[in-house]
Amino acid sequence: MDVSRFWLIWPDSPALSLLALVLLAMAFLYAARLPMHQLIRAAGHAVGGPLRMASRWLLAAAVEINDRNKAVLLAHGRRELEKRIEREFERIATLVNRDLQGYPVLQRKLADEVTTIEEDYKKCGEVPPPPPDWVEAVAAIGKIKSGGGELAMSILEGINQSINRIHDKAIAEYRKSYEARHAILEKFMPCWRAIEKTLSQVDKNISGLLDSALSVDNLMSQYEQIVAKTDKAVHALTVSALTQFGIALLVMLVAIGGTFINFKLIALPMSEMVGAADYITASLRTSEVAALVIILVEASMGLFLMETLRITRLFPVIANLGDQARRRMMWVALTLLVTLAGIEAALALMRDMLIQDKQALVQSLASVQQAAADSWVGKIPTVGQMLLGFILPFALTFVAIPLESLIHSARTVGGALLMVLARGFALLLRIAGNLIRQASRVLVHLYDVAIVLPLWFERMASGARGAPARSDAGSITLQPREES
Amino acid sequence: MNALTSRPRRLVLHTIAAAMATGLTSACGDPRNHNQAVYMLVDTSGTYVQEANKAQSIVNFLLGTLNPGDSLAVAKVESRSFNEKDIVARATFDTRPSQANAQKRAFRDKVDGYFRGRKGSAFTDITGGLLQGAEYLNETGAGSKTLVIFSDMQEELDKVTVRNFPIDLKDIRVIAVNVVKLNTDNIDPRRYLGRIEAWEKRVLAAGAKEWRVINDLERLNAIFERT
Repeated sequence: MDVSRFWLIWPDSPALSLLALVLLAMAFLYAARLPMHQLIRAAGHAVGGPLRMASRWLLAAAVEINDRNKAVLLAHGRRELEKRIEREFERIATLVNRDLQGYPVLQRKLADEVTTIEEDYKKCGEVPPPPPDWVEAVAAIGKIKSGGGELAMSILEGINQSINRIHDKAIAEYRKSYEARHAILEKFMPCWRAIEKTLSQVDKNISGLLDSALSVDNLMSQYEQIVAKTDKAVHALTVSALTQFGIALLVMLVAIGGTFINFKLIALPMSEMVGAADYITASLRTSEVAALVIILVEASMGLFLMETLRITRLFPVIANLGDQARRRMMWVALTLLVTLAGIEAALALMRDMLIQDKQALVQSLASVQQAAADSWVGKIPTVGQMLLGFILPFALTFVAIPLESLIHSARTVGGALLMVLARGFALLLRIAGNLIRQASRVLVHLYDVAIVLPLWFERMASGARGAPARSDAGSITLQPREES
Repeated sequence: MNALTSRPRRLVLHTIAAAMATGLTSACGDPRNHNQAVYMLVDTSGTYVQEANKAQSIVNFLLGTLNPGDSLAVAKVESRSFNEKDIVARATFDTRPSQANAQKRAFRDKVDGYFRGRKGSAFTDITGGLLQGAEYLNETGAGSKTLVIFSDMQEELDKVTVRNFPIDLKDIRVIAVNVVKLNTDNIDPRRYLGRIEAWEKRVLAAGAKEWRVINDLERLNAIFERT
């Protein structure tokens, strides 16, 4: 018997068999309609419910992450702003100490200058002594008529001469007096200049103070916003963190490039120290790991140096050290860094020597004429490598600054990213849950479509009896509405 | 009292430190051997001895390519070659590059000295050379073992020498270099092809990892390329 035809009730008439089977199936399906509807709905709830719950949980988690991010961001921003305000106040204190401390001296100097000018001014105001009383006598004589005789003429002539002489003398005295006053006035110039200079310096100092005060005002207003936890402050801090993250990442990439160059410089000569035949993994030599370790130790020393100089604050333990211990640690880190930089320079030199040796060997093996002895130009790469080997460790020291920024800003950026992910997943889960529940409803409808004939008969029978339609047998719109 | 209490503590600390050191050593190091060992057989029989300058260039290529820590040996193929005395020069290069370079120079001088004014032998015992080479390569314990045969692959043995038995070349790559065609091969190329095929079968049956023929000396890089 053919297996594919086993379902045929009447093997000779498949259509009839199929019809019989369909009718049979319809009868069974109609009988099982209610429990099947319940089963499909229950399955939809069973799968969709947990998905919706997970979605709600993720949304709640996203809110919590957001709150925590906000708290961290505000705390960090507050701390940073406090530091900046502190620095501004320190600057103002320095300005006040430096400039306004000398203000009494400046005032005294100005007062002295003013007194000198006043005195000189008074001297300028002195007028020549008034003409003597004999001027009136001369006026009386002047009234004598010219025809008065020889004696009178002789007297008048004498008086004229005397007056001319006295006049010349008086004019000379006046000129002398004016010259003296002009000299005094000339002495005014340096005083005026000194006063102008002093006043402009005062103006500059006051402007600096005003600028600092303005900056403090701005910072304080920002601080107030942070303390008030306004959205504006949170937004500003988030944008600032994102910018910092981007910049720090860029600088870190540059630093990684520097580290790679550094690694290339010392990887080959390290094989001279630790051997070239040992492997850590299938493709990683011990010498390469040793070179990497040296670079990492240098980076660590640089980090400690920056920490002890209080430029970065990644390690609270170092920041809390006493000044003496901190200074000692700084010198230790600096000494180690200088030593390692010296070692790197030596290794860079050795690298060059090894490459030259290898080249010479290859040339001799290839029976090629050896290159002529190189001039000073050939020494440039060697010196360059040595310099790079010495400088790069110190340059990498400054990586501590972007690293600190990256770590601090990564907390904000990571938190924001996590929140977005949580919200995204929550949305997806919610959509999936709803889809499953809607699918269960569609399945219920499809089930009813499959048994449409029995349902139709049932409705007809119910109509004939005049009985009210069963709530679950009629239209699906009579089904209680599911909570979406 | 203090000393009594501190001694066990010190013992415990030392034990922990030793355990950590052992753990680190075993965890950090790769136990596999990454070094290469190359054994080069140079056929010096009959007219093939005229190809000696090519053999020298191959040795030079190997010297320039091998790394510190690798091993190289050059041996001659004569009437009977299963003998340590047939090894012309051998060296395991120092792990320090500078020392390895010095060793390579000395190696080259030694090989150059051998090839100068060399005369051909009467017979060609390639199988004996293979056995000797396999022994050397296995002794090095290198991670990659290569046997380079510089020969026309025409084995000629005297009546006394016995070589018709299975050989063991397990995990060894066998590279035949400069397999020149003989006059008889030119008459009937099937002889040449049959000879190469017979060697391939024999070498692979001996457990060799790979069999390869390189006739173009410009492509010697293929010696270290793995299929």
